[in-house]
Amino acid sequence: MEVIILLILASLLLAGGFLAVFIWASRSGQFEDTTTPAMRMLVDDPAPKAGSIRQSPKPKHP
Amino acid sequence: MGRWTRTLEPAALAGVNAGEVVGLADGSGVLSGESGSPPASTTCDHCGEPCKDGASMESEGHVFCCQGCQTVFSLLQASGLEDFYQLGERPGRRVELAEDGRRWEFLDDPTVTRQLLDFDNGKLAKVTFHVPAIHCVACVWLLENLFRLNPGIGKSRVNFARREVAITYAPEVVRLSGVATLMERIGYAPVLTLAALDRGQAPGVRRLGLQIGIAGFAFGNIMLFSLPSYFGLDSWSGPLFRTWFGALSLLLALPVLIYSASDYWRSALASLRQRVLTLDVPIAAGLAALYLQSAWEILGGFGEGYLDSTAGLIFFLLCGRAFQQKTHEHLGFDRDYRGFFPLSVLRRTARGDESVSISQVQTGDCLVVRNGELVPADARLIGGEGLVDYSFVTGESDPVPCVIGDHVYAGGRQVGGAIELETVKPVSQSYLTSLWNDEAFRKQRDNSLETLTNRYSRRFTVIVVCIALAAVTGWLVAGQPGRALKAFTSVLIVACPCALALAAPFTLGTAQRVLARLGIFLRNGQVVENMAVVDTLAFDKTGTLTDTEAPGLSRHGEPLEPNESALVTALCRQSTHPYARRIAAALGTAPGMALDVAGFEEVPGRGMKAIVAGRQVVAGSKAWMESHGVTGDWPEVPAGSAVHVGIDGRARGVMVLSNRLRPRVDQLMESLSDRYELALLSGDNAHERDRFQSLFGDRARLHFNLSPQDKLAFIKQLQAGGRKVMMVGDGLNDAGALRQGDVGIAVVEGVGKFSPASDVILDSPRISNLGSVLEFSRRTARVVRAGFMISGAYNVIGVSIAAAGILSPVICAILMPLSSVTVVLFAVGATRWTARRCGLATTAVEKTEGALGASAGRVPAVEPAT
Repeated sequence: MEVIILLILASLLLAGGFLAVFIWASRSGQFEDTTTPAMRMLVDDPAPKAGSIRQSPKPKHP
Repeated sequence: MGRWTRTLEPAALAGVNAGEVVGLADGSGVLSGESGSPPASTTCDHCGEPCKDGASMESEGHVFCCQGCQTVFSLLQASGLEDFYQLGERPGRRVELAEDGRRWEFLDDPTVTRQLLDFDNGKLAKVTFHVPAIHCVACVWLLENLFRLNPGIGKSRVNFARREVAITYAPEVVRLSGVATLMERIGYAPVLTLAALDRGQAPGVRRLGLQIGIAGFAFGNIMLFSLPSYFGLDSWSGPLFRTWFGALSLLLALPVLIYSASDYWRSALASLRQRVLTLDVPIAAGLAALYLQSAWEILGGFGEGYLDSTAGLIFFLLCGRAFQQKTHEHLGFDRDYRGFFPLSVLRRTARGDESVSISQVQTGDCLVVRNGELVPADARLIGGEGLVDYSFVTGESDPVPCVIGDHVYAGGRQVGGAIELETVKPVSQSYLTSLWNDEAFRKQRDNSLETLTNRYSRRFTVIVVCIALAAVTGWLVAGQPGRALKAFTSVLIVACPCALALAAPFTLGTAQRVLARLGIFLRNGQVVENMAVVDTLAFDKTGTLTDTEAPGLSRHGEPLEPNESALVTALCRQSTHPYARRIAAALGTAPGMALDVAGFEEVPGRGMKAIVAGRQVVAGSKAWMESHGVTGDWPEVPAGSAVHVGIDGRARGVMVLSNRLRPRVDQLMESLSDRYELALLSGDNAHERDRFQSLFGDRARLHFNLSPQDKLAFIKQLQAGGRKVMMVGDGLNDAGALRQGDVGIAVVEGVGKFSPASDVILDSPRISNLGSVLEFSRRTARVVRAGFMISGAYNVIGVSIAAAGILSPVICAILMPLSSVTVVLFAVGATRWTARRCGLATTAVEKTEGALGASAGRVPAVEPAT
């Protein structure tokens, strides 16, 4: 039965990983704006049409 | 959504209205510009506004209402952003072409730039602009594709709820003014107010989220560790599990106790220091007792403790807190005058006009204020004809004419031509802004200790401590000191008022949501409690009870012939005076009819005259009529602003512009006067006293000609007499009273528009619901009390078990969530039912759309622009 200790430690580690991800997401502000992403996903990226769009300048800064 | 359809060849266009050619087809295949539609209904292909005759433009088969819209269209086409038009039906905003491209130059001033930027390292800068024009998916898409329009712009992110866009740009390539100019050119001019200079982000929501996350994580895991002992598995697994799981649980509970529950510790300490018993005291005592008891049991090796209950308790408490902290991000409940004043102003110097930041304006500067712009500082008129609309700052309903040498006060809005002003005082020390120096603005409003919850908890805490002590004495007398200690801690643990602490947040939070759906936004749930105890209502007049945007116009005397009314309309169209505009709008019959107007002359404060189509038309005061030899009988007119009209020397009646009451305000007042003491606090003159006395009832006190400070003082005086006062107002002159009142309700024309700091922001059509809202808040307070009763009953059961000294972790783990869930379900259910009883939830769906439409609709919230 002692093996369960190992399993529990493993499961805690996994859950801790999820917690870390949550903390990171919260700190990076992902829960601040919950309206706009829902609208953003409605928009498809424009399909490049031959000739009609000039090479759009790459933004210098990401 | 729509697609551009270009089916007809240009040759087929002859004689066909352009609006029929290019239409947006929706999914059902119906062309919006159907054949046979009259030319008047032609709408702009960019902004969707109707095109006026003569002003519309055509280009590549598209119709535009103005040059500005066409420019945007060509710009987007050239930049490969034509997809904008596929994201929504005519999604653009009408673009007013700026007269001068130097409007944004003040942004390049190093001090202004530094204050506005969120981040700047010389190569990369980030700025956040407030753009009220954002209203749809297409806006979001276009603004996030700004980088395609200017190589100096990097990433831009829109926050739709706040109507903000955060833009990263390279200051070496494009300046801040360049970014603003580009946004203005495509119809998304940022609105910059003085408040933009010092903004602080409230990190409260983010922190609470983290606290809940950590508490939830620990709660779930500790619960798993506790399961073996619940099911009595210890008997065959041996003490190994108990030791290990106990140690792990202790470890997991530690961050919950320290970080997640930190607010409860702090608040309990603070209230102990102030010698006030709040609900947080028994909560903190319960938490401490839970953890210490558990640690003692686990480390001593003779029990498994109550850690699952501890973590669960904190988790539920925080959830309740989050539920109550429903925030309306796009609304500002804390705005002061700085949110109303523009950031820049036009300064006239020897070198010409320049756009400067208001903070740089000094006494003695010469400022130019154009039609519709705000007077930024107390000043003296030195050029032009002033006609200043103070309705928002003083409550005066009529614009005040000013002549050279007159003083003009900050916050007034110039109507008519441009004027020149010499500043007398800096912005921060003006007549109006000095209101904000009052002590009423210094006190913290949010953390009131006198809540319903706290009143109950005081009694509750005393009872709990008494029972705990009684239990200890009882067991000591019975000669069982070990049991006495257990009973003492058990009582503290069970009495930890989890359900009690949840009753109020969930009831008030639900009430807040119900009201928000109607367009009534509360700063927080606490406001409901405050509204429930209010006994005196004070109203502002102009803009609150009356509708300044749709004033009434009544005609007296002989009716005008149709051709005569066309003459008067033509005359009134010549003037920028608000009366003239209202009359023109009210009479305006045949817009296409162009009458020849000659010799137009206007004297501010008196009247105007012109020869229209060969006939002499005069309009203005009675004295103005006499001085122009207009004779005839003038009819008796009711109170209001009278405009006399004479044609060819003959009196042709009087038009009276009165402030129209908002719909159903009379019924509202009637229903309120039974229960509440009413008062009217107006900054306007007393010419409408009789009308409002009959509206408010005989007992009501009406006060006119009040300054902003007077209003504040009046509320203070009422409160000194023990009254709970609710102030309902709209303008900056009500700001002090709104702040001083126990509840301050700001009435706004369209959600998102500027309103002074208040507890409630109410969309103006909803003012007629005020009676039911007050009724609802009273009943909601009753629901809170009932919730307390239920949780009290649970506590009695728990405490009796505890005092008997037979509390076990399993009972604790069942009783605690059970009581919480019951109370939460009751709170939410009963509040919703109450809302329906008060007639506030019946058409919730329809009104949601209404409220959303108001905030996200096409009609932009008019905010003070530069």
